[in-house]
Amino acid sequence: MSKHVLLIEDEPNIIEAIRFILMRDGWTVSTQADGTGAEAAIRDGRPDVVILDVMLPGRSGFEILAAIRADAATVALPVLMLTAKGQGRDRAEAERIGASRFMSKPFSNSDILAAVRELAGL
Amino acid sequence: MTALTGSRVRERRLLLALRQADVARAAGISASYLNLIEHNRRRIGDAVLARLATVLGVEAAALAEGAEGALADDLRDAAGAATGVLPETERIEDFVARYPGWAELLVAQHRRLGRLERSVAAFSDRMTHDPHLSAALHEVLSVVSAVRATAAILAESEDIAPEWRARFHANLHGDAERLAAGAQTLVAYLDAAGGTEAEEPGLAAPQEELEAWLAARHWKVDALELGATAEARAGLLAEAGGLASGAGRAFARDWLAQAGRDAEALPMAKLEASVAELGPDPVRLAQRFGADVIAVFRRLALMPGARLGVVICDASGTITFRKPVEGFALPRFGAACPLWPLYTALGRPMTPVQGQVEMWGRSPRRFRVLAFCQPRLPEGFGGPQLSEAAMLLLPLDDRTGQAQAVGTSCRICPLVGCAARREPSIVTDIGAGAI
Repeated sequence: MSKHVLLIEDEPNIIEAIRFILMRDGWTVSTQADGTGAEAAIRDGRPDVVILDVMLPGRSGFEILAAIRADAATVALPVLMLTAKGQGRDRAEAERIGASRFMSKPFSNSDILAAVRELAGL
Repeated sequence: MTALTGSRVRERRLLLALRQADVARAAGISASYLNLIEHNRRRIGDAVLARLATVLGVEAAALAEGAEGALADDLRDAAGAATGVLPETERIEDFVARYPGWAELLVAQHRRLGRLERSVAAFSDRMTHDPHLSAALHEVLSVVSAVRATAAILAESEDIAPEWRARFHANLHGDAERLAAGAQTLVAYLDAAGGTEAEEPGLAAPQEELEAWLAARHWKVDALELGATAEARAGLLAEAGGLASGAGRAFARDWLAQAGRDAEALPMAKLEASVAELGPDPVRLAQRFGADVIAVFRRLALMPGARLGVVICDASGTITFRKPVEGFALPRFGAACPLWPLYTALGRPMTPVQGQVEMWGRSPRRFRVLAFCQPRLPEGFGGPQLSEAAMLLLPLDDRTGQAQAVGTSCRICPLVGCAARREPSIVTDIGAGAI
């Protein structure tokens, strides 16, 4: 059975590109464009890795990450955070809340792929 | 009283073409004593100075301080910013008297420097915190990310299915359009920001603009009073619309709206009659008119020909309104003296604070002060409490009673051993002896 990535991101063309490169690498990819439904999508989809954008409509990526870490079922779930502001402040905040990895936009496809593989322990 | 008081007496006498002997006789002193005074060889006592002022038809303060008083204050302020070699602050009077042109230039440049510093601070603030700039950059970075990921797929995949290839091409096209729009937004934004300094000379000092405008009108805004015509009001608004900066115009509009409401609650003719009857007691006046106490302070500031000053601050102590009165120097910007009764009142809402203060200077000025702080709840029980404090300054000629010594701002205040000092002064040479 292939590994499952949940991509929480609101930019449709980024979704399309990441979905393509991960699917081609053999991953199952589900997507969630809205911050408010993110936790339900994680609970129901039981992904192996989550890619989480910081700036989302409805709910910020930091809030979602905090909720993930507060839930015993997902406390160890690998989360790769994406941000369009590669600022030290965002990175420090992500680390404090418990992001597994952090990547600034614009990222390269090979970096994303390598990070997701590493987070899944492949 | 300064070292050059005698020179000013002489200048004034020569201007009036009066003989030394005549002036001396009228002032009840000997001609030789006047001669010594005029050459700054003798200090003048308050009583003699007052008699000389009467004979020469000027205010004693004008002889004691000279017209250069304000210029000297500004120079002290400028010296406060000095690093490295410190200016000879003890010789400011001398400097002003000998090189008035250079002194004016220095003060003008000091003011311009202050304006520029505030502009730079405002721009830096804008770059860091501006939500529009942040949103525009986020948009561009997001689209760049999509373009990079999509272009990499197209460039690096040999075996990509035609429908996927077509889709990615379409995405690239859409993203390129968005990127162009985003870049234009950014450029337009930065262009506008770049033009601000030239268009808005007082970017961070809208309050100063309003005050300069009101001062030029001698604090008269008759068009707001009851019975003024609609045309007069429109004319006043149009004049306020002519202030240099956008922030200044907005500030003036808000101020005029407030002043209009105050004028309705406290009609000037009735207010003047009531002040004559009750004295300038803001609480009693507020009771008589059923008005806000702070509104009375604002109205008193606008009373025609009144020799009084009004300072109003918000809960952070920031001065939000000032009508200056001669002899009580107000800081141009930055924090004021914590010993002002204004701040005492701020700490005791709804409690009248009154007393006498003496403002430092070569000839100290005494004022009777009334201060009051009133909390406001513009959003009801659920909203924040906004306090506002106001202080009324009434000049006193009698300097016999107890008075609290106060300053303008620590940096240019010479009071030695002041319990409220928060930073060293650059003018300690004057000393507290005068007060």
